[in-house]
Amino acid sequence: MTKTGRTFFLRPQDMIGIAILAILLLVVLPLTLDNFRLQFVGKYLTYAFVALGLVLCWGYAGILSLGQGVFFGLGGYCMAMFLKLEASSVENTKIQTTPGIPDFMDWNQITQLPWFWEPFHHLGFTIIAVLVVPAIFAFVVGFAMFKRRVGGVYFAIITQALAAILTILIVGQQGYTGGINGITDLRTLNGWDIRTDSAKTILYFVCVGLLLASILLAYFVKSSKLGRILVAMRDKEDRVRFSGYDVSNFKVFVFCLAASLSAIGGAMFTLQVGFMSPSFVGIVPSIEMVIYTAVGGRLSILGAIYGTLLVNWAKTSFSESFPELWLFGLGGLFIAVVLTFPNGIAGLYQTYVAPRLGPLFGGAAKRSDATPPAPPSSGHAPAAAE
Amino acid sequence: MFSDYSLAELGSIFVMQGFAGLILFSVFVLMALGLAIIFGQMGVINMAHGEFMILGAYVTYFTSQFFLNFIPSLFNIYFFVAMILAFFASGALGMFIEWAMIRRLYKRPLDTLLATWGLSLILQQVYRSVFGPREVGVELPEWMMGSLPVTDMVEVQINGLFVMGLTIAITVAVAVLMYKSNWGKQVRAVVQNRVMAGAVGINTEKVDRYTFGLGCGIAGVAGSAFTMIGSTGPTSGQLYIVDTFLVVVFGGAQSLLGTIASAFTISQAQSTMEFFLSGSTAKVLTLLSVVIILMLRPQGLFVIKVRR
Amino acid sequence: MNTPVITDTMNKDFVLAVEGLTVSFDGFKAVNDLSFYVDENEIRVIIGPNGAGKTTVLDLICGRTKATTGSIKFKDQELTRMKEHEIVRAGVGRKFQNPSIYEDLTVFENLEISYPKGRSVVGALTFRRDAPVKERVQEIAEMIFLADQLDQRAEYLSHGQKQWLEIGMLLIQDPELLMLDEPVAGMSVSERKKTAELLHTIIKNRSVIVIEHDMKFVEDIAHKVTVLHQGKILSEGPMAKVQADPKVIEVYLGH
Ligand SMILES: Nc1ncnc2c1ncn2[C@@H]1O[C@H](COP(=O)(O)OP(=O)(O)O)[C@@H](O)[C@H]1O
Ligand SMILES: [Mg+2]
Repeated sequence: MTKTGRTFFLRPQDMIGIAILAILLLVVLPLTLDNFRLQFVGKYLTYAFVALGLVLCWGYAGILSLGQGVFFGLGGYCMAMFLKLEASSVENTKIQTTPGIPDFMDWNQITQLPWFWEPFHHLGFTIIAVLVVPAIFAFVVGFAMFKRRVGGVYFAIITQALAAILTILIVGQQGYTGGINGITDLRTLNGWDIRTDSAKTILYFVCVGLLLASILLAYFVKSSKLGRILVAMRDKEDRVRFSGYDVSNFKVFVFCLAASLSAIGGAMFTLQVGFMSPSFVGIVPSIEMVIYTAVGGRLSILGAIYGTLLVNWAKTSFSESFPELWLFGLGGLFIAVVLTFPNGIAGLYQTYVAPRLGPLFGGAAKRSDATPPAPPSSGHAPAAAE
Repeated sequence: MFSDYSLAELGSIFVMQGFAGLILFSVFVLMALGLAIIFGQMGVINMAHGEFMILGAYVTYFTSQFFLNFIPSLFNIYFFVAMILAFFASGALGMFIEWAMIRRLYKRPLDTLLATWGLSLILQQVYRSVFGPREVGVELPEWMMGSLPVTDMVEVQINGLFVMGLTIAITVAVAVLMYKSNWGKQVRAVVQNRVMAGAVGINTEKVDRYTFGLGCGIAGVAGSAFTMIGSTGPTSGQLYIVDTFLVVVFGGAQSLLGTIASAFTISQAQSTMEFFLSGSTAKVLTLLSVVIILMLRPQGLFVIKVRR
Repeated sequence: MNTPVITDTMNKDFVLAVEGLTVSFDGFKAVNDLSFYVDENEIRVIIGPNGAGKTTVLDLICGRTKATTGSIKFKDQELTRMKEHEIVRAGVGRKFQNPSIYEDLTVFENLEISYPKGRSVVGALTFRRDAPVKERVQEIAEMIFLADQLDQRAEYLSHGQKQWLEIGMLLIQDPELLMLDEPVAGMSVSERKKTAELLHTIIKNRSVIVIEHDMKFVEDIAHKVTVLHQGKILSEGPMAKVQADPKVIEVYLGH
């Protein structure tokens, strides 16, 4: 089968890869890990949504956002607001000065639910908000910047500043946001107690399901012509423009898509972990999410998932036993991944493992999505083609 | 927010807050100057710049301790010694990092960003392990304390004026170095065309190393100034990195004058607003304005024309 | 203003009419009050010493550089006010001086991206590689001598093949005005010959502006030649007339 004859958006080796991941997440881990550990994996997987978005946005389109925590946070906060309102029913809060509003508002002498909290009484609205609010925000930022041809490091720095701003804002506006502690003490989802072990297990499977769906979506985008346009744009933006494309629209699209994916992750985080706080929004978590993608391989959709799991697993095990070592490890990881294995685990797999597996799958794994050897060097905002 | 004050009072508030922002301004200028050299001239995004600054701050702290304990008679001048030591300590570390890491990453600015972020994490942990997690502060020599009365309502702190003067001196020196000296010419030649510069006999590797060292060294001096407005801890530097990057971008990365003007605008806006609003609101408003202006005018506020 | 050519400009339908075009880079006028007109199906060659502003003229026409003053009319549309992709969609195709192709993609994908369909976000997501697309890509690939390399990554093509690929990427757009910046520069002798052959087939039924130094090549294809010097037109007309122009001889042979 030649590539030009391909019609379906998944290649055989993609299907095998997705199947292996699905078996791992749906069967192997639930059977081998205890509830406590499985919940950790569930939490890590929420970051994988962000990493997935970054593969498309950064790996494919060359747009490095250092503010993905903003979208993760927006999604998470939307969900947390709904859950908090449900937890703050009048009966539950009758000891407050103003019953029926979240406890932290009451502590901050707020006597009426702010207008932007009102719609979060409805689950339907909340679910839409989780997907749409971050996308709108991404649209505004992306539109303003990409139309003016801002990219590369400038975009990275500005998205980082946005992460800083949102964190300061959330922390500062304690009465409306729960401040530094975030929105805590979440209990039920439409009456279903999310704190029980069984609920957490169910939520884990929901999370895996959504992640697998997102992976399929990512593969679809990647294998469409749009995916190839993104790659083309990454190294020859001018040429794409002079082939009749409005480059900025594609960038805005992929940035919004990455934002919505991150937000799904954020919402699932809130549901599984039971709170949301500014510590998942700011500069540090945002850039850490980039390293998950980098470790997995910035050009590999499945790699991003494994990268996320691996880095977080390392983080948890290290910071349990040697907290000081962890920062060295993480810092070293940033440097190593950039200097010595820029295509991450997926790159290593392609170079060392896949050639040996090749014969097993009838050569199907030969051409991979991680083939580009050198990492893209896009980044100079004023990129000249001549 | 202005209605509670008379016009004269408002005037003096602005002046006072303006001078109160002097040290912040100086720290910004020095940090941004270093960053602008590294970014504008080399295209490297140094996310560990705050840690280079903090190294300078630690050096300043230890110098002050040394003078206090061993040669208290000379305590009055410890700051000058500290500054020079800070410059060389941060500069040397910078040159080492350039050699070990940065030189492999030219042409990959986004990757320098990630790698230097990793470096910043490592440096923070090194500081924590070596100097301890506790924040430390310096004592000022007597002549630097107190303030000069300008009018009956306006007073200016002496250390602010001093740091400010120092900043001006360093900025002028850097400007002369970059635009007048032979070495500056070499740096600009390398920026414009690395291959050609190499071909005409410029040692581009050396130029890169010293340029990076210079940028980091200036950050070290910024750290000395920093000891006067804040206490020094392992992670103090990180708080400044976003602000200073915005200063650099806002000023138009290639322009020294732009960097200064932008540092002035941002630090003054923040310090003035802080008087009327809570600190966090002031910060949010400042950063947000900068970001919005940058979205509308991405080439920076002070650059007229960019070359494509 | 005083371009030494064309008096009957008013009553003809030009494909491209450039009038009073000036662009200044920080005071330096790379193109200075330039006017010229290109007919339907005309092959125009622009020659001139390095730095004359030839590439800049193409940049201005295709919207890559914004004009300081002046007008560029393409079939009654004012190009100076349009964005690059709009200009392309209006029917102007441009080849860059250095081959500008997508190295990470295969030859097939390079051509497919240039295929003038599915240019919006939604269009690109739903674009299908159907029979007409494949046939068209195959057709173009044969024209540009790359039919056997369709599945190869463009990175591994030779310099000449890259040039051809970029020409192919323009052809698949079927532009009414085709602009080529030094298409045979850096090619081997045999590649040059093949390219000349290729150009002869592709310039049919469209207007073409070519920048070229190779005089034999120019003589071979040009209907009219424009000589550019320091951003201004030095001479314009048929090859023979231009070659005989003393001003041109002076610029080319030195003082
Ligand atoms: N974006 C730009 N900024 C400043 N100067 C430019 C720019 N583009 C071209 N130039 C200058 O304009 C002149 C003409 O360049 P060009 O059109 O490339 O000449 P050529 O005729 O060799 O193609 C050159 O001196 C070049 O340096
Ligand atoms: Mg040229």
